[in-house]
Amino acid sequence: MSDILTMCKTVLSSLRKKTACQMYPIKPAKFYKNTRGHITIDPNKCILCTMCAKRCPTRAIEVDRAKGTWLINRYKCITCNECVISCKPVALRMEIQYSPPGAKKDIELYNIEKPTPKSAVPGE
Amino acid sequence: MFEKQEIINITKDELINRVTPLFKDGYRLVQICCTKLDKLIVDYTFDKDYKFFGFRLDLPLENAELPSITNVYFAAFGYENELHDLFGIKVIGNKVDFGGKFYRINEQAPFNKKQEAKNG
Amino acid sequence: MANRTVIPFGPQHPVLPEPIHLDLVLEDEKVVEAIPNVGFIHRGLELLCQKKPFQDMVLVAERICGICSLIHGVGFVQGVEKIMNLDLPERALFLRVFWSELSRIHSHLLWLGLAADAIGFESLFMHSWRVREMILDIFEETTGGRVIFNVIKVGGVKKDITKETFTRIMKQLDKAEEEYKQISEVFINDFTVIHRWSGVGVLSKEDAVKLGAVGPTARASGIKSDMRMLKYGAYEKIDFEPTVERSGDCYARAAVRVKEVYQSFDIIRQCYNKIPEGEIETKVTGFPNGEYFSRVEQPRGEVVYYVKGNGTKFLDRFRVRTPTFANLPPLLQMLAGCDLADVPAIILSIDPCISCTER
Repeated sequence: MSDILTMCKTVLSSLRKKTACQMYPIKPAKFYKNTRGHITIDPNKCILCTMCAKRCPTRAIEVDRAKGTWLINRYKCITCNECVISCKPVALRMEIQYSPPGAKKDIELYNIEKPTPKSAVPGE
Repeated sequence: MFEKQEIINITKDELINRVTPLFKDGYRLVQICCTKLDKLIVDYTFDKDYKFFGFRLDLPLENAELPSITNVYFAAFGYENELHDLFGIKVIGNKVDFGGKFYRINEQAPFNKKQEAKNG
Repeated sequence: MANRTVIPFGPQHPVLPEPIHLDLVLEDEKVVEAIPNVGFIHRGLELLCQKKPFQDMVLVAERICGICSLIHGVGFVQGVEKIMNLDLPERALFLRVFWSELSRIHSHLLWLGLAADAIGFESLFMHSWRVREMILDIFEETTGGRVIFNVIKVGGVKKDITKETFTRIMKQLDKAEEEYKQISEVFINDFTVIHRWSGVGVLSKEDAVKLGAVGPTARASGIKSDMRMLKYGAYEKIDFEPTVERSGDCYARAAVRVKEVYQSFDIIRQCYNKIPEGEIETKVTGFPNGEYFSRVEQPRGEVVYYVKGNGTKFLDRFRVRTPTFANLPPLLQMLAGCDLADVPAIILSIDPCISCTER
């Protein structure tokens, strides 16, 4: 059984409704609570334990304990959330916004203050 | 939840004689797969009515040869070309033989490279 | 004897989603035979199993293909769990089925849009993808990503869904099903669609068995075979029957996919009613040692994963056999004897996913 006017109902109803397209980037994009956007670090909380660099499957994070730097290559990061889970002092967080596009693939470097060692004698 | 899987070991000379009665019985060829350990292990898998059935045969690591089953199962030509490209196994009598150019790769038999001595 | 010419089709063609090359031997506009040529995007992903620990291989398995990514993850993880004898909590199995069926709906909607575009019906293509956007929004709300989801791991799933969120998602799915009803009527009943697709690219039932067709390509020729009837995962508690058509042409393959979307909506409702409370993961200790062939049902057909472990954290072998690889010989059979103008419609009707085929 074939019909010629099957598409009419959809066409007429889409004349009445608003368009389904969004005017991005003039109107901002909609993100949800769970969206995996990009990783940010709070440099004051980091203790340079390098667990995030060991756990990263693409080696996007590099930590140098001697110089006190933490860097991330956003173009290698696949936002898998493993570094956030393995960070004990909760210095890493997953933001819901996607990282902005760039003209060349560069890295982001943060200087971390090395944590002061606790003294061995109690009471001081 | 997990299905029972039956695998029988055969030699490469009895391959075509064991495969032909399966074709007449209505079994479907599922896949042909190869694993490299200290020798090459080739698995032929068949299926009928959700029942899983396989043949397994051993080949030496270098200069391995196999008879083709494309006279029985035409669908095997893709898998046999892949065996030739990735592992260097020569398949004799393949009806659609690409001669090593099925996947356009630069190296010969990249999955069957000689292991260099591991350091440390 | 008539004059024979050879015309190359692909790898770039407006109708193809991914690159495949065919040499068509023509005799005055009728195709006599077709010679396939794949291998443009071979990445050698299977060799990575010797360099990455088995828990990280799930991330590689998900990235074999963009459209069917979640079910690749489920199949691989199921093989590893069988070797390690892990017992999963019920809630994790039901969540996996929920996401797998959503994945099936979005893949079929994508294909319906591409098939409509191949016959020139561009407004139907846009409407199908508009309904697909509603499904992708549900994915982003529950898993965090629209295409690559990153929720499957060895031992369970990574994210949970609360009761209020689940109820709200079921209401959104009801609205999506309402919109989908209007579009599916066009695919089944419209005069142009029937005229373009009936009697084109016929695959008989004997040929489908001899050449090893899988998935909707086989079900459209009368073979009742669906790997979900193996009752892996939570499918033991869900009842449904495979969808089968008899005629074996392009119209039958489209009709099978249209009906499977309705079936998936129904399976998700059964999931919502039967899902228990509880944990979503178990603890994983030790390394895999053994081998297993794990079979799951993707939107395009049957996938076979062969995993072999040897007691260390790297696997010995990881082999994927995807449904498009098994559907290539039936495609060559369908192309023999057809008109040149029907070739794009026939190639699209097996739902080719070439990046899966060549990993």
